[in-house]
Amino acid sequence: MLYNQPSPHETRVLTRRFGLPNSASIDTYLASDGYKAFLKAMQMAPDEIVGEVKTSALRGRGGAGFPTGMKWSFVPRNSPKPKYIVVNADESEPATCKDRVLMEEDPHGLIEGTMIAARAIGSEKGYIYIRGEYRYLIDHMDRAIDEAYARGWLGKNIQGTGMNFDLSTHTGAGAYECGEESALLESLEGKRGNPRLKPPFPATHGVYQCPTVVNNVETFYAVPHIINMGGQAFADLGTPKNGGTRMFCLSGHINNPGVFELKMGANLLWMIDAVGGGLRSGRKLKAVIPGGSSCPILRADECDLAMDYDTVAKAGSMLGSGGVVIMDDTTDMVAVGLRIMSFYAHESCGWCIPCREGTTWLKKMLWRMNNGEGRKQDIDLINELSKNMLGRTFCALGDAAAMPTISLVEKFRDEFEAKVRPVMVPVSGPDQLVAIS
Amino acid sequence: MNFSPALEARISKILGNYPEDRKRSAVIPLLLFIQDEVGAVTKEVVDEVSHRTGTPRVQVDEVVGFYSMLHRKPIGKYHVQVCTNVSCMLVGGTELYHHAAKKLGIGHKETAADGVFSLEEVECMGACSWAPAVQINYDFHHKVTPEKLDQLLDSLRKIQ
Ligand SMILES: Cc1cc2nc3c(=O)[nH]c(=O)nc-3n(C[C@H](O)[C@H](O)[C@H](O)COP(=O)(O)O)c2cc1C
Ligand code: FES
Repeated sequence: MLYNQPSPHETRVLTRRFGLPNSASIDTYLASDGYKAFLKAMQMAPDEIVGEVKTSALRGRGGAGFPTGMKWSFVPRNSPKPKYIVVNADESEPATCKDRVLMEEDPHGLIEGTMIAARAIGSEKGYIYIRGEYRYLIDHMDRAIDEAYARGWLGKNIQGTGMNFDLSTHTGAGAYECGEESALLESLEGKRGNPRLKPPFPATHGVYQCPTVVNNVETFYAVPHIINMGGQAFADLGTPKNGGTRMFCLSGHINNPGVFELKMGANLLWMIDAVGGGLRSGRKLKAVIPGGSSCPILRADECDLAMDYDTVAKAGSMLGSGGVVIMDDTTDMVAVGLRIMSFYAHESCGWCIPCREGTTWLKKMLWRMNNGEGRKQDIDLINELSKNMLGRTFCALGDAAAMPTISLVEKFRDEFEAKVRPVMVPVSGPDQLVAIS
Repeated sequence: MNFSPALEARISKILGNYPEDRKRSAVIPLLLFIQDEVGAVTKEVVDEVSHRTGTPRVQVDEVVGFYSMLHRKPIGKYHVQVCTNVSCMLVGGTELYHHAAKKLGIGHKETAADGVFSLEEVECMGACSWAPAVQINYDFHHKVTPEKLDQLLDSLRKIQ
């Protein structure tokens, strides 16, 4: 079921089966070119597949935007150990709700993506790590996987090609940190979701210390289309080094929020107006979080930009996970900062001290600030503490907490100042106090 | 422990998903699916999962505290989870949470005396574009208004 009306401005590549009757069934899938890319990939050498993905300029859709083809090429194919494919379906970056829609509407598309990746790196086993809250999707993916086995698209000697590939779902049980790939692998091994020291990276030491490719759901969805249309055609949909389309999750103060597939590099203001139906009536744009709550916030005057990895990075933020949060002029930025930090303090796994203590102290300070009890010097302290966390934590959760906070303090300092508790001094006359700041 | 045939089938399927010497991988899925049937991760559940996965008890026990969906005490028959993260907050998620607390007479992570409802203020649940969002047990509810929530809770109370 689609939760929002599609937009006429969408470019339907990953979402081309959305809205087809019974879009989740294997019959619909097969009738709409499904599993064709896999058969094509079986005619290609593994290196050719990796090459095509490199040409496509596909970059990871989970957050960091690492080039997917390059990631696959790091897997030592001649390793004697088994190799694994892992789908990151933890989808827990606040403001992100795209992987859910993709899996719901087109579960076989994900299966086919993993099969092609498996062919590329020589894997015979894959896991789809789905956050526990998405229970219905675990059942949904299990049904699709069963269908694929029943029709000979998974298992031994798939369609007589000689390839073996097993795939199963795996459930998380509530932990944002398990979206971080090394913590995800720990969780997949039945442990607490603490991150691992990197290097070594999953490409060489992943699940059970075996070579592993971990990619986001949307990244895998792109793969069959790249094989079908060719890497160059996919690349041409986007901007240089930023291939393809992107699932954007528009939320916040707009008339028509929803998940939309747009060309990589679409203009942000256009996105808000044409696709998102513009701001609520009579309101003005104040700020946008461009890619999930871990990204530095953009002021309205910074929003006239192309939404691709490089352009958003140049503007000082990140394209991240595709979660675009639009805020109008009624938004209280201190309250936003507090809510964001409360999340990271709650979700810090506690493994390393700068993150565990840093997020907790920042939350306390932001709480005081938001409740009119902050001191003027707290504003700089919040900024400084955040900067001291940057790059000094075991995994990027610490950065994810620090980056939006720094941007909020630096770009909306006046709002923090307005909430500072006034300093009272006595003046002449008994029990008289006046505010001096 | 004895479980329903459906859960037993699920457990054996899950155990089959991992290599012979890696059954510890099944710990978290088993805890969650068993909790759904039993109502909580009791000491017996920990022992059972430890036994079935061949994992030392302490290694099972230590994950229970880590994952927010696992709980050692039973919660309400209907667990009402209101998201107040940024996308939801911007369009009334916080007010919705307070409304739910008032209506149910309970606070964050509390269960009503009759055991019908429990409440939790939760982090982003992946429904941001259709905010504010509420999950009751595993069911998603999108664009929830206080009135819609009232109707939902009233109808659940009637059928329980
Ligand atoms: C704290 C944290 C949380 C993350 N959460 C997710 C997530 O929920 N889903 C996801 O795909 N990637 C998430 N990532 C990114 C993953 O670590 C990893 O980069 C990604 O799965 C790689 O896939 P990609 O290259 O296809 O993006 C997270 C990273 C961090 C640091
Ligand atoms: S912010 Fe509430 S569901 Fe994502």
